[in-house]
Amino acid sequence: MAAGQTAIRVRGVAKSFGGTRILDDIDLDIDAGTVHALVGENGAGKSSLGKIVGGYYTPDEGEVSVFGERVTRFTPREALSRGVAMIHQELQLVPELNVVQNVFLGRESARGGVLTRGDEERFAALEKTCDFGIDPLAKVARLRIAERQKVEIMRAIARDARVIIMDEPTSSLTEDEADRLHEVIRRLKAQGKTIIYVSHFLDHIIANCDNVTVMRDGRVVRTSPIAGETKKSLVDSMLGQESDILWPELPPAPDGSVAPIAELRGVATHSGLNGISLTIRPGEIVGLIGLVGSGRTEVARAMFGADPITAGQYLIAGEPQGRLNVRDAVRRGVALVPEDRRKQGLVLTQTTRPNVSLGTLGAISRSGILDTRREVARVKEMIAHFGIVPGRVDGRVARYSGGNQQKVLLSKWAVARPRILILDEPSRGVDIGARQRIHEFIVDMARQGMGVLLISSELEEVINLSHRSYLMSDGRIFGEAPSASLTVESALHRVFLEQNRRSVPQEAAAQ
Amino acid sequence: MTDTTLKTAARPPRRIRIADLAREYGVLVIIVVLLVALTMLSGSFLTPRNLLNILNQSTPLFIISCALTLVIIGGGFDLSTGAIFGVASVSAGWLAVSVDPFFAIVAGPVIGMVLGALNGVIITAFNVHSFLVTLATSLVYRGMAILVTNGKLIPVRIEEFSWLGRQKLDLGGGVAVNVAVIVMLCFMALMMFVLNRTTLGRAVFAVGGNEEAALLSGIRTNLVKIITFAISGAAAGLAGVITVSRLSMAEPQAGTGLEFEAIAAVILGGTSIMGGAGAVWRSMAGVLLMALIGNGFNILNVNPFFKDLTTGVIIVLAVALAAAGNRR
Repeated sequence: MAAGQTAIRVRGVAKSFGGTRILDDIDLDIDAGTVHALVGENGAGKSSLGKIVGGYYTPDEGEVSVFGERVTRFTPREALSRGVAMIHQELQLVPELNVVQNVFLGRESARGGVLTRGDEERFAALEKTCDFGIDPLAKVARLRIAERQKVEIMRAIARDARVIIMDEPTSSLTEDEADRLHEVIRRLKAQGKTIIYVSHFLDHIIANCDNVTVMRDGRVVRTSPIAGETKKSLVDSMLGQESDILWPELPPAPDGSVAPIAELRGVATHSGLNGISLTIRPGEIVGLIGLVGSGRTEVARAMFGADPITAGQYLIAGEPQGRLNVRDAVRRGVALVPEDRRKQGLVLTQTTRPNVSLGTLGAISRSGILDTRREVARVKEMIAHFGIVPGRVDGRVARYSGGNQQKVLLSKWAVARPRILILDEPSRGVDIGARQRIHEFIVDMARQGMGVLLISSELEEVINLSHRSYLMSDGRIFGEAPSASLTVESALHRVFLEQNRRSVPQEAAAQ
Repeated sequence: MTDTTLKTAARPPRRIRIADLAREYGVLVIIVVLLVALTMLSGSFLTPRNLLNILNQSTPLFIISCALTLVIIGGGFDLSTGAIFGVASVSAGWLAVSVDPFFAIVAGPVIGMVLGALNGVIITAFNVHSFLVTLATSLVYRGMAILVTNGKLIPVRIEEFSWLGRQKLDLGGGVAVNVAVIVMLCFMALMMFVLNRTTLGRAVFAVGGNEEAALLSGIRTNLVKIITFAISGAAAGLAGVITVSRLSMAEPQAGTGLEFEAIAAVILGGTSIMGGAGAVWRSMAGVLLMALIGNGFNILNVNPFFKDLTTGVIIVLAVALAAAGNRR
């Protein structure tokens, strides 16, 4: 493959989903035989751009060329026939088949539809170029993620892929496995393959890529050679100017003598919590700070009765709770806005109205019969209160943007007027405008006297929107601080230190 | 956000696409086409007598399909309605003869409800897919029906029992409606009310659309499922009683295959088998469409062997149309 040739050329590509523009006016050139990184924050559009090149999404506007030929139909099959293969974040293999069968899926050696021998020899030939050392007869279900990824790569090569798109390839790998994957990438590059590397691990990108394209809010910020880039220069481009989020003013923190509305005393669960103690007072916003997997969501689920509490005590307004289920929790005034709104929050086959009413059907009915006039009035009030667009009572929620879906979900619990409001990642995947509205809502709920538990991966949000924060790691709370005393850096520092302190002895023990 | 920004916030234009409309109301369009065609082809079609006759003939299927709609919207599947119909038929027949005719009329739906609730309890207690459970219980229930009667027919020639299926109410002008048709219309109205105006109906939509979201909203999802199966069973029982009353005969094998006709009607009407979306009127339209096809074959004297074939082709077309509308 001649150096300097352009493998992928993207011009003016735009794409929207449900009224939200996720890619806008994208221009991109990827040179053949290079490793090209796409970086950006969550929601910047890097995966979507990868999926357009891989043929999974059809762009609304603009064009894509592969080795000079314009792509007219966007299907994975069409992309593959042009030599473009995509390796997904969630790998797409058939778990019950073995490695060879997966690699040659759809391309088996066969005569007239009847399978013939030969796949194993073909696999051996392939293995010679890849040198992955995978057992060809192992069932894929039994392989570790890193090995499955190799199977995916072999599958791409078996299909004569010249361009391989890798979407977050190292996100589920250990550092050691990631090193080996990068070794493979170097070998593929030496064979003239082009790699598009979508990731947010900046260290990996700086060490292994030739060029980098930085994206922000669905646009390309810049494309440049990796030489001379630092993590700081990349982050600065990703973030742009400091985002001018206006944090709403918090109501004064309730006095320490106020009786807590919710209290956990040494609570443990099967979901991995151990010795969790925390208090939330009426009118107080309490933040949980920790890395993904530290047990934040599990605390929320335990307080909502979704996971049984196996040890310790849970008190709501001073009353100890026995075996609490979700229904009891709702009745006692606990509300949870779950982390995954599409899977756990909304009924997407339904419109705005039933979604808003779902948690409080009892309040708008008499002996099981709905008072629809009251219901509609209430839903209209919520639509106006949150500024839900489209503002139709019977709008199809499935087609709303992420921010508006989240507003519908918040409405569901706002009408319930709970005493304890638990918010798990309330502003994930929503645009800036909706985010500010959600922030105002949180503060407003506290002002009305609710006890709020706020969980967010965006530390800035937790620190600026809460009175007090608990720091979590590994299913335990290891620290507590007034949020005003924390900064993003200091909080992260403490969390990472705690994480390492706990994992070092474990690793030593494992060896 | 203030009120003014809300008012000026641009609403996306409501574009009505033909594909969407066709998907929404396709079944009605097909019915109208069929009505017009049959009216033109046969003079005896568009008479009150023939139309009421069509309704009367399909009363059992109408009743079962409307209740089945709730099960399917709730994300379930009921293959036992035909067998419950059989059990209720022979039980009601036996009770009418040997206990009391009025008691028998009430007992049929109650027996159906109990058997349906049993389906629901098994499904939720063992967390097994309703398809498997009702497939198995349909065999059990059919076996029960045969055991009760030793496989024999039970003649039920009792005035106090047969009014339900045979009596007609005079509407004037020489038009008379069967009591059974009125019962069916009331049941249909009840199902529509339950689905659209009650908390139970909302819960059914939520359980079928997103069970986890329903659970996290404090809805007793298992209870909701059990109730939908109980309603489906009760409907099958009611349909069985009406049929026995009409034929003056209770038969253990009665209703064989009825479960598939009911499922076909619900799907034909456009209720999603994935759950979470659908309507009772859709299933009624589905039954009506199937009944019209049958009636058309009758009055046009076409070889009835083509009836199933035609119905099948129309179901495939309707489902394909809905799927095409869903693709984006």
